[in-house]
Amino acid sequence: MTTSAPPPTIIGELGKQELLHAYRVMRTIREFEERLHIEFATGEIPGFVHLYAGEEAIAAGICANLRPDDWVGSTHRGHGHAIAKGCDVKAMMKEIYGKRDGLCKGKGGSMHIADFDQGMLGANGIVGGAPPLICGVGLMARIRGTDQVGVAFVGDGGSNQGTFLESLNLAAVWNLPVLFVVENNGYAESTSNRYHQKGIDVAKRADGFGLPGVIVDGHDFFAVYEAAREAVRRARSGGGPTLLECKVNRYYGHFEGDQQTYRAPNEVENIRQTRDCLMRFAQRVTSAGVIDQAELDEIDRDVRALIDDAVREAKAAPDPDVSDLVTDVYVAY
Amino acid sequence: MARRLTFQQAINEALAQEMRRDPTVVLLGEDISGGAGSNGQQGDSWGGPLGVTKGLWTQFNDRVLDTPISESAFIGAAIGGAISGIRPVAELMFVDFMGVCFDQIFNQAAKFRYMFGGKAKTPVVIRTMYGAGIRAAAQHSQALYPIFTHIPGLKVVVPSNPYDAKGLLIQAIRDDDPVIFFEHKVLYTMEGDVPEESYTIPFGEAAYVREGNDVTIVALGRMVSMAQQAAETLAAEGIECEIVDPRTTSPLDTETIYESVEKTGRLVVVDEAYPRCGFASDVAALVAQDCFSALTAPIRMVTAPHAPVPFSPTLEDAFVPSPDRIAAAVREVVGKGAEVPA
Repeated sequence: MTTSAPPPTIIGELGKQELLHAYRVMRTIREFEERLHIEFATGEIPGFVHLYAGEEAIAAGICANLRPDDWVGSTHRGHGHAIAKGCDVKAMMKEIYGKRDGLCKGKGGSMHIADFDQGMLGANGIVGGAPPLICGVGLMARIRGTDQVGVAFVGDGGSNQGTFLESLNLAAVWNLPVLFVVENNGYAESTSNRYHQKGIDVAKRADGFGLPGVIVDGHDFFAVYEAAREAVRRARSGGGPTLLECKVNRYYGHFEGDQQTYRAPNEVENIRQTRDCLMRFAQRVTSAGVIDQAELDEIDRDVRALIDDAVREAKAAPDPDVSDLVTDVYVAY
Repeated sequence: MARRLTFQQAINEALAQEMRRDPTVVLLGEDISGGAGSNGQQGDSWGGPLGVTKGLWTQFNDRVLDTPISESAFIGAAIGGAISGIRPVAELMFVDFMGVCFDQIFNQAAKFRYMFGGKAKTPVVIRTMYGAGIRAAAQHSQALYPIFTHIPGLKVVVPSNPYDAKGLLIQAIRDDDPVIFFEHKVLYTMEGDVPEESYTIPFGEAAYVREGNDVTIVALGRMVSMAQQAAETLAAEGIECEIVDPRTTSPLDTETIYESVEKTGRLVVVDEAYPRCGFASDVAALVAQDCFSALTAPIRMVTAPHAPVPFSPTLEDAFVPSPDRIAAAVREVVGKGAEVPA
């Protein structure tokens, strides 16, 4: 049955440290992405970059329910998932600059950031790449007898791939401990979801495969957190998979350099002013009297310094050695 | 102790022994147990479409998983399981079905280790049936190992006999890289001596199937027995063939191939795959590049034609390289080269 998540009630159950951490994660993602937006325009960053800004509440809200030994499979828009799952921000920045000390030794880049030590199975350059892999994580947990959980992120575009639909079915019939999180930002690259899936809620597809589908406001950390908490609890306790559709907006184009002529004038500006996840989080926690604005400001300053350092160090870091060209193709060959 | 086993019994035994040894080895695929969820016999009703995995569900139950007909999802799940801590052996019923799941194999499994800077290991095995000979027509009969061999990050195994099938499959399961394991459906009933105990055959080590001084025949999979038949005929004519079976196309034991060509000066490559950018053309090119001065005759390739596999028995029999075609190619290179010893 597809349901819309009720208004969140969670704030009292989250401790102050957890709230501060959630804010720090979202602010780090935002700062990371907005800085990349600026740096990419200088031409110094190679390749494609797809920014997650605007969608931070989803990564933060989902991953706040996960343990380090849980796994997430990401998308081409994966920086936010990587940061929320605990990947080192400086090593990520170096990776995006293609440097030797990057998280993947400069061999992956923005679209392939992974850190298995943090349960980050990788950003994925193939739209719809992660859902089958996350079914495998669920299978692993079953075979090894653990209570680990896997989360596959896809966009609304990815939710039209056969891999996604096949994986919903496989996870349902095998009752796997996984979540499918659809970050529905309304665009498959430049194509509106009103065109590419008739604007119909993706969560409704869950009904057809026999698993719960839930729709949440992807701009609201607390809504995402609460829905994910329920889904993770169900998965961990043997209750099977959940499809969680987060309605959200992307602040930048499909990729950096996208002129976004397909978007309405002021579309993004309106969302930033009315629905921004950081703004709403701050209002919520300060008006509840749990956290002072000054504490949030301090996090903002810390994060800005961290990203400044990350960019400076990434630019100065050494390139890979050409001898690395053919290393790590196999474990042994 | 060695007993006579069929190729398919050797595969089954390798799977059973590895599953007993390692509780993280899990099998998944369409109908590999058979009957799941049905009103009749559940488990081991089929044991795979040709019965290769029969009996394993009864022994290992939860670790032998029937799947929906969703190759992308379950091949991808095998790969996702492999990177996160188990050793899945997935069965892609016919290699021709790679078309509906190839992304998970070549963009995911094959890339992880390199793309993630050497941190990932993906110990997955994809067992798959290949080859012509059972009148299964164009979409169930192809020999597509060259496509996988082309992809860095994959290992590709094409065994030619029951002994090799068991040892190479056990090696594949213990290997930390993704392995595509090709089983020729016509070979399933082939018998051979197979030791009862567990053993491995390393990848990238070719076998000398037959020794001879006049010509090197490189063949793999079902083509090895075709080459052996040709070699018997030719021996009666006084032509001594050396047959080299590479056993794995990735990694490829070029050293043994070169060693043999340096000795014989002549090369015939036999390949059931299509001729363009195929296994035969690859071996021919490598030998031409690296052993040119040793060659006393042009290299000959005996392959399937550049055409889909036909249905009609008359046409299919003409599609597969035959002992007669192999023998004719050998006579040609021997005739064009140095004198055949009397």
